[in-house]
Amino acid sequence: MEINNIIDYLVKAAESPEKAIKESCKKNNKEAIGCVAPYAPEEIVYAANCIPVGIWGGRVEITKARTYLPAFACSIMQSIMEYEIRGTYDFLKAVLIPAVCDTLKCFGQKWKGKSKAIPFVFPQNRRSKSSELFLENEYMYIKKELEEILDIKITEEALQDSIILYNDYRAAMREFVEIASNHTDVITPVIRHKIIKASYFIDKKDYLGYIKELNEKLRLLPVNNSDKKRIVVTGIMLEPDGILDYFENYGLDVVGDDLAHESRQFRTDAPFSKSALNSLSKRWVNHDACSLAFDPYKERIQYLVDLTNHYKADGVVIALMKFCDPEEYDVPLIMDRMKKENIPLQVIEIDQQANSFEQINTRLQSFAENMQ
Amino acid sequence: MSIINENMTSMEMLNILVDKNMEDARKAKERGELVCWSSSIAPCEFTETMGIHTIYPENYAAVIAAKKLAPEFLEHAERKGYANDICGYARINLGYMDLQKNLANSEFPLPDLVLLCNNICETLLKWYENIAYELNIPLLIVDVPFNHGNEVTEENIKYVESQLHDIIHQLEVICNKPFDMDKFQEVMKIASENANAWYEATSLCSAEPSPLSGFDMFNYMALIVCMRGKKECGITFKKLKEELEEKIAKGESGLKGAEEKHRIMWDGIACWPYLSHTYKVLKNKGANMTGSTYPSAWALKYTPGNLYEMAKAYTSMGNNLSLKGQTDLRKGIIEETKCNGVVMHLNRSCKMCDFLQYEIGKELEESMNIPITTFDGDQADPRNYSKAQYETRIEALVEMMEQRAE
Repeated sequence: MEINNIIDYLVKAAESPEKAIKESCKKNNKEAIGCVAPYAPEEIVYAANCIPVGIWGGRVEITKARTYLPAFACSIMQSIMEYEIRGTYDFLKAVLIPAVCDTLKCFGQKWKGKSKAIPFVFPQNRRSKSSELFLENEYMYIKKELEEILDIKITEEALQDSIILYNDYRAAMREFVEIASNHTDVITPVIRHKIIKASYFIDKKDYLGYIKELNEKLRLLPVNNSDKKRIVVTGIMLEPDGILDYFENYGLDVVGDDLAHESRQFRTDAPFSKSALNSLSKRWVNHDACSLAFDPYKERIQYLVDLTNHYKADGVVIALMKFCDPEEYDVPLIMDRMKKENIPLQVIEIDQQANSFEQINTRLQSFAENMQ
Repeated sequence: MSIINENMTSMEMLNILVDKNMEDARKAKERGELVCWSSSIAPCEFTETMGIHTIYPENYAAVIAAKKLAPEFLEHAERKGYANDICGYARINLGYMDLQKNLANSEFPLPDLVLLCNNICETLLKWYENIAYELNIPLLIVDVPFNHGNEVTEENIKYVESQLHDIIHQLEVICNKPFDMDKFQEVMKIASENANAWYEATSLCSAEPSPLSGFDMFNYMALIVCMRGKKECGITFKKLKEELEEKIAKGESGLKGAEEKHRIMWDGIACWPYLSHTYKVLKNKGANMTGSTYPSAWALKYTPGNLYEMAKAYTSMGNNLSLKGQTDLRKGIIEETKCNGVVMHLNRSCKMCDFLQYEIGKELEESMNIPITTFDGDQADPRNYSKAQYETRIEALVEMMEQRAE
């Protein structure tokens, strides 16, 4: 395929999730299982011959969800609640809900959609050896639930194959973001985001094929030496659509990210281990530098400095999800460190339901001007 | 020699002990001994055994809020970049810590280590991460996974139990001395007895009229939070029990100067900046808070020496239960303390307290035919409360309670 066709295909999938999921399910003769943000053992879902679908909310008018969630719940959960009440997710066979914060702990208890909810917990004391065993048991429970719902048996072999595929996918994604940082004329902030987002709606095997081909073709293009500012973004996610347009308008290229929705998904591989579930469990134990995984050393802060240096970035933007505790606690410490490192920093507030981005517009404009 | 004696009232004992505990920590700090900051329902048995002076940021933040001193610290934290929607206790504490960081002496001495147990909320993980990072001190954690199913699983208990063993080792390294198992056994015995004494005293709210107002119980809570590992705590609650039994015998109500006409369950944390207002509005209507989740919160029952049972007690906490578990807990409280109305505090500081409120309230209303009201407030930030709204809501609740009683 031509490079433009690959990009078009992935961008369209990101823009029409339901269509992309249903086409992918049909093509591969699979069912779809939802994975509520931020993390899930997608490999187990894939080994169950299903397509794991990322559920990250979206722009929707909140009407029915108001009954069930106070206005100070984060906007991702507000949107998901609205969609689930409206039946948007009812075509999914089940939905995995991780209890990584207080909001999600409660959320897993009050799913209003028709699909079966499977809440689970990631242990947070990841330095304790017993956390691995605990998580293996959580994964065992997810596996059993899926086997029952789908009336299938998930074999060790299928799990191992799934892990191999996912490690390949993660390696290809890491390669993609690396190459893309040198080709920001083709992989603009909006396109970069949508290419990564498409991974949530397409069978990973097919998606991996597109990414590998895209990586090969991108490498052949001349390196882009624009005078635009190179930016690292961090946070939960950089949506709704429209925000990244401002990045483009003000000449801010996204060269690296530490977003839960994007690079945090593929930063950590599942290592080789005695069993597939133990391997997946170890993956969480190794998942560092993330606001959602307990870390008294705050490795995320150093990671952001390293990421900025690695990409020779001019500045960092924190996309702060409104009402997200895990992210909000990190902000003052990141601000302090960036100041010490002399790295320009801007914080923008993310609200999926926002209709106007005037404040973001102003902030990014002044951020871009100050870096001149 | 103990600083309390049997001639004192339980309230006198409470005041002396709470002050003494803080004073001891300050003196210990001056002597160069270790001070630990701990979350409110963490296993204090371990630091107590090692002679580490343990104090409680949640308690101190509540004291600051009740004294109406919170704005200075809240605003300082917000100037540092903390969003104004995160937990008010955390903002007060982190603001306080930042202001005191470079001072020689603090009323609430800065810690040499922190101990956290996330059985009440996940916010503690981030809050204590920040303390440990900013002060560059060790952090001990007992991670208690949320019980998303209707049972507390064996896997959950075993994971928590194994972390209790880890804590012993970590403390030996930090204190550079062996963990004294005999002392540990003794402390566990005291803590269990204290937990029992707390529950026995506060559960006397079930008497009609209740000899204790839930708002007074909020005050006594400071002791079970801060001194659960010390003998004096149990002595005070035994005294409180005696006093309450005496009041029961006389038929006296815990509402000072008012007749108990209604009995309500308070769902959530106290609204500390407006404690007096929230109490008086209820009292003026003859409504006594007889039910709350607090008596059972520290009723941590286990056989001293049995770490498996201890782990089970810490992970079976009300806040850490599934929706069904949390609802059943409240049904039990309403029945035991004979409540005929529920006040739910929609607390801006606490997502864990709030985000299941709709479902819990609906189930209580439907299955128990009990009227419920909610009000907007905050455990520590005075900006998130409206006196007028609270008054209107309580008035409506009392009307509903009266109608249903007819």
